[in-house]
Amino acid sequence: MNIFMKLFKKRETLLAFFIAVSVVVIASFSDNFLSYDNITNILKSFTVTGIFSIGVLLVIISGGMDVSFTAIAQVTQYIVVYVLLNFLTGNIYIAFVLAIASGIVMGLLNGILIYHYKMPAIIITIATQNMFYGIMYVITRGKLLYEVPSFFWEFADAKIFAVINQNGAFTGLSVVTVLWFVMALIFAIILRYTILGRSVYLIGCSQTAAERVGVNIRNTILFIYGVAGAIAAVGSIVHVSIVQTVIPNSIVGQEMQVIAAVVLGGASISGGKGSVLGTVLGVLLFAILSNSLTLLRISSYWYNVFIGSIIIGSVTINALREIRQRKHIVRVNVAE
Amino acid sequence: MEDFITVENISKNFSGLKALRDISFSIKKGEALGLCGANGSGKSTLIKILAGVLSADSGKIKIEGAEMVSYGPLGGIMRGISVIYQDISLFPTLTVLENICVARAIGQGRILSILGSERARAEAILGDLGVSINIDSIVEELPIASQQLVAIARALNNDSKLIILDEPTTALTSKEVGLLFKIVNKLKNSGISVIFISHKIDEIVELCDRVLILRDGGLIAAKPIKDTNLEEIETLMVGQSLVYSKMDDVDREAPVVLEVNSLTKKNNFKDIGFSLRHGEVLGVIGLLGSGRTELALALFGINAADSGKIAVDGTECRVRTVNDAVSAGIAYVPEDRLTEGLVMNYPIRENIVLATLDKFKDKFTFLKRRSMSEAAQKWLRTLSIKTDSPDNIVSSLSGGNQQKVVLAKWLERNPKILILDSPTVGIDIAAKAGIFAILKTMIAENGMGIILISDEIKEITAYSHRAIIMRNGRVAKILPKDEINEERIRAILNEQKQTK
Ligand SMILES: Nc1ncnc2c1ncn2[C@@H]1O[C@H](COP(=O)(O)OP(=O)(O)OP(=O)(O)O)[C@@H](O)[C@H]1O
Ligand SMILES: [Mg+2]
Repeated sequence: MNIFMKLFKKRETLLAFFIAVSVVVIASFSDNFLSYDNITNILKSFTVTGIFSIGVLLVIISGGMDVSFTAIAQVTQYIVVYVLLNFLTGNIYIAFVLAIASGIVMGLLNGILIYHYKMPAIIITIATQNMFYGIMYVITRGKLLYEVPSFFWEFADAKIFAVINQNGAFTGLSVVTVLWFVMALIFAIILRYTILGRSVYLIGCSQTAAERVGVNIRNTILFIYGVAGAIAAVGSIVHVSIVQTVIPNSIVGQEMQVIAAVVLGGASISGGKGSVLGTVLGVLLFAILSNSLTLLRISSYWYNVFIGSIIIGSVTINALREIRQRKHIVRVNVAE
Repeated sequence: MEDFITVENISKNFSGLKALRDISFSIKKGEALGLCGANGSGKSTLIKILAGVLSADSGKIKIEGAEMVSYGPLGGIMRGISVIYQDISLFPTLTVLENICVARAIGQGRILSILGSERARAEAILGDLGVSINIDSIVEELPIASQQLVAIARALNNDSKLIILDEPTTALTSKEVGLLFKIVNKLKNSGISVIFISHKIDEIVELCDRVLILRDGGLIAAKPIKDTNLEEIETLMVGQSLVYSKMDDVDREAPVVLEVNSLTKKNNFKDIGFSLRHGEVLGVIGLLGSGRTELALALFGINAADSGKIAVDGTECRVRTVNDAVSAGIAYVPEDRLTEGLVMNYPIRENIVLATLDKFKDKFTFLKRRSMSEAAQKWLRTLSIKTDSPDNIVSSLSGGNQQKVVLAKWLERNPKILILDSPTVGIDIAAKAGIFAILKTMIAENGMGIILISDEIKEITAYSHRAIIMRNGRVAKILPKDEINEERIRAILNEQKQTK
């Protein structure tokens, strides 16, 4: 097989190709699409999804599943903003530190339950999602927090590479988007070049095989879910910075979109496969398509149809591959 | 030569079941030790204890003179013990390079995993083994034999001093087995000890210096190979001498149950034609890539043929799907039984009746538990599946006993035509004899026709009434009973090599 074929077989190349095609097609319909303003806006509006997707990627590579990350984000957001409104005068860094602590605690709880009960992670995280979210609702009675400290929106408003656009306003790459890309880079390095990161793949391929080469299964699972919790928490701070209000049901419900982006990015639900680059490209493709639906004034329900199709498509590809492998059919050179 | 490892009075129980009792032995450096025993006699358990994956309930292990308390899998690797497990244990979605290097990196407690620096080392090891495998290919895309070699390369990369091979030859063709033996001999010469587990006793006799024989978890005998022979080892394993049942002669007037005419599938096989009588065992033999498995899958509707005719009991039938095949009375026991057809964490009973649930419905379509249990019990006895109750889950059985459960499931169907793909791989000699005895009774009772695909020429010569030899996707020859013998079959198989 030559290099070109090999590259094309990679999900990342395929996605980059699709993104390029979509950009060309959409740009030919709408002049506004390729403007600096629009591009930075698209990126900013998908930053939360992008951050969440890194945590979900980690979990899916390990052969697990996490649907509780939205609840972790929701609860964290509420706690942090509430604390900063009532007990502490802080800044954005303190907000992140508090959030990460809260996210790790809830994530570790997931990890402990998953490791000790040896139950499918999806079952456990459905349970903890309801639990985290339920407790918050009971305590807060679903009350919104309208006012958030000003450093949140200052953070979301900060830009680099800023220029003045034709309306006389500043436009530029949002700092939150930079945060997303930096996190992506860090986790790409961890997953690719550290033993801990590789252990995530090993566990996802086969827990038994991983155990037999000396991977500490318990610590690795705790690491995965703890970090997934922390990433969800970081996402929640970015979210509140952009939205500037804490609405107790504004994040829960986004699980499917995030999982779909990760799967589109080449991660396999059965574990052992996936990359940060693929996930970022998956999110970008989602972002572009969602934006184009708006620009072309197509009902946003089509977007949901699209997400559903992605999940079905990816699962089908996996299933077909597995069926083919199971059959053990080999090519025979039939004598003439 | 000094001892590498000494085991003293090791015992292991699994919830009441004595898997190992009071085992003591030692292995010298550079020695190849064979480990024999019936299915469930404790071979895999013993090596898992050596590897540190399981810990013994009592007893001592000394490695190079130093006494060890439970050391865990990492400890095992660090002290130079590597295992190639029955179920191989590679990481299928990762590259060959990473599979080879990962255990060592973890063992060294490294933080970073930069594979570039290890590439040369890994390549050198593969080179020493004399195999050409692309080090960047993904493991799941390699054939089983190459995967086996990757596992061995990993063991060498770990600087192993003891390499344990748990039934490494079950999935290999005879040529690949030859290569493996060469490698093992090379290892021995460089001072590495080897433990070799196999149900093919002749392999142990050929390869090993000494043999340990386990029976029901106890060590029955430890003998140098030169002081013993194949028959004695078999007798020691089973505890009695074996009787091999011969198949009854086939009734030449018996009606034809399966007639196949010019069956063709692109890139699989071409112009296949044969007939099978009631009560007949038709052997099918051919090298890997001869199209024999693909043909079997076509008859069972998994890999439907492009053209040609299949007739069962004189009526032509379309076999496009598994359902078609099953309703025509065809059953198929696949070669790879571990990944196909077992629900691992379900009880043995449920697994056995899985393909025949209709038989166990009462008039309200509820399942009759009693008769399900009776059916399961019957198979536990006839195939001597080692367990104390059909309620146990399948994953608690030893590898060979799991295979017997799959066999039971299909035999329970009592089909008209039974296709068996390598039915005795990984099964001990006593159970092998048992399987053919039960096939014989089933033939006598309902006139079942059997297609027996096997790599073991001995099995074909012993049990089939006629034999088809396949070559390059075609029927090369159909041998009548009196012409089926090893030399003749080997001669025809070798002809292929020369024409190639
Ligand atoms: N995890 C487990 N739980 C309960 N019983 C077990 C477990 N593992 C093994 N056993 C039992 O211990 C006994 C020995 O099993 P083991 O796998 O060592 O056999 P073996 O000699 O390797 O057989 P085979 O030739 O079939 O591979 C069997 O009776 C098996 O059912
Ligand atoms: Mg075993």
